[in-house]
Amino acid sequence: MKQYLKRLEQYQYVFSELVKRDFNKRYKRSVLGILWSMLAPLFQLLVMSFVFKRVFGSSMEHYTIYLFSGQLVFNYFKEATNNGMSSIISNAGIITKVTVPKYLFLISKIMAASINFVLTLAIFFLFVAVDKIAFTWKFILILYPTGCLLILTIGAGLILSALYVFFKDIQYLYDIFTLALMYFTPIFYDVHIFDGSLTAKLLYLNPLFLYIDYIRSIVLAGVIPSFTLHLYILFYSLFVLRIGMWIYKKYNYMFLYYI
Amino acid sequence: MIHVDDVSVKYILGDIKELSLKEFFIRKMRRETITQEFLALNHITFHIRKGELLGIIGSNGSGKSTILKVLSGIMPPSTGSVNIHGSIAPILELSAGFDGEMTVKENIFLRGALLGYSKAFISEQYREIIDFSELSGFEDVAFRKLSSGMKSKLAFSLASFVTPDVLILDEVLSVGDIAFRTKSERRMRELFDSGVTTILVSHTMSQIREMCTKVLWLEGGKMQGIGDTKELCDDYEQYMQMK
Repeated sequence: MKQYLKRLEQYQYVFSELVKRDFNKRYKRSVLGILWSMLAPLFQLLVMSFVFKRVFGSSMEHYTIYLFSGQLVFNYFKEATNNGMSSIISNAGIITKVTVPKYLFLISKIMAASINFVLTLAIFFLFVAVDKIAFTWKFILILYPTGCLLILTIGAGLILSALYVFFKDIQYLYDIFTLALMYFTPIFYDVHIFDGSLTAKLLYLNPLFLYIDYIRSIVLAGVIPSFTLHLYILFYSLFVLRIGMWIYKKYNYMFLYYI
Repeated sequence: MIHVDDVSVKYILGDIKELSLKEFFIRKMRRETITQEFLALNHITFHIRKGELLGIIGSNGSGKSTILKVLSGIMPPSTGSVNIHGSIAPILELSAGFDGEMTVKENIFLRGALLGYSKAFISEQYREIIDFSELSGFEDVAFRKLSSGMKSKLAFSLASFVTPDVLILDEVLSVGDIAFRTKSERRMRELFDSGVTTILVSHTMSQIREMCTKVLWLEGGKMQGIGDTKELCDDYEQYMQMK
């Protein structure tokens, strides 16, 4: 682990140039540019909020915040992993000709998505204020699930980008997987509909749900989750990261034959 | 200072690149072989001293690009080892590491970073790099709009401004117009005189004969010979004529 961090430091400048490149490419000819990454989730939020409040008649208090917290985490995970998945293949030209550690491309894609996350988070807090929810010192704890989410995303990214090198159809499978994940995570519906059933327990296998629930707990209920939950979340993400690193290390040398 | 010991490289061939998960499992269950192996390099051993200019010759498909990849550290050998002392600047393909959508200026910084230069170094040398590649005035143009000659000039210019300990060139001295070729050969000589060890792949025999202190001849992944420039070049040309 330490040697990876050391190498990252060595390649810091390359890394920042790669992130710059991805960022510029994205917004090169768009009129709204970087504003778009803030407006897109906003529109999604407003549409879904309208649909579920007016059309389906959800009567939850602070529904918009409830929904936003879910979308914030889920969209980040989906975007970061999808972009990260193709990171090796799309940089094949560089990888086959220049000695640069391959995971650098994955991390730069995740970094770009993380920057978007931070911007969206800012808007999230704006909405929290507008919805007249009090800001407490506990909000600082939101950094915790955010950090775990980042670790989880890097792990998932390592696994996906490696698989994608060998099996291109992984992208379709992953598409379906994220769709199922979206429905299995209480983003737009009330988590309490599962109360008392087995499903409620199964939800705890879903790391995204854990992060979302954490944020909702802090923001909407002002309650700090239990210590055990803190440990559980951390170990879950570290576990996924470990698997990702193992897969990457094991099959790393073979990438060149397939790209 | 460059030691290549018993290096072999096995490529994996077959239609594996297009394999879907379903097919992969079906074939595994049927125990059909998924991959075939191709021995691109077969037990290559040689040593280069500091300051030498090694030319690698051989017909197409003989393993020249592969040995360069192994030397650059891009591809780990299947067996054997490579030991290189010092920093390496590989130029294996001229437009590698450049992004078509970005401007020339942005690309210099990106490609420079990939070559291992620091931001400070690139900023300092920026003017000179642009001037050597004769691209002043094109700094804000998207890279993909440049002609191939211009791209090559930029790539060469960038890589030659570092002073690596080892410079690896894959057929990149044969690009550009005559004026640029003269310039790049002169720059190469400067680097060479300052003690940079160089490995060069080329099909331009005149260049090899003129510049290289040693020649390695590869055919079908195997070493046909290593040593005196004139001798091996003559042998190689004879061989090519008989083919």
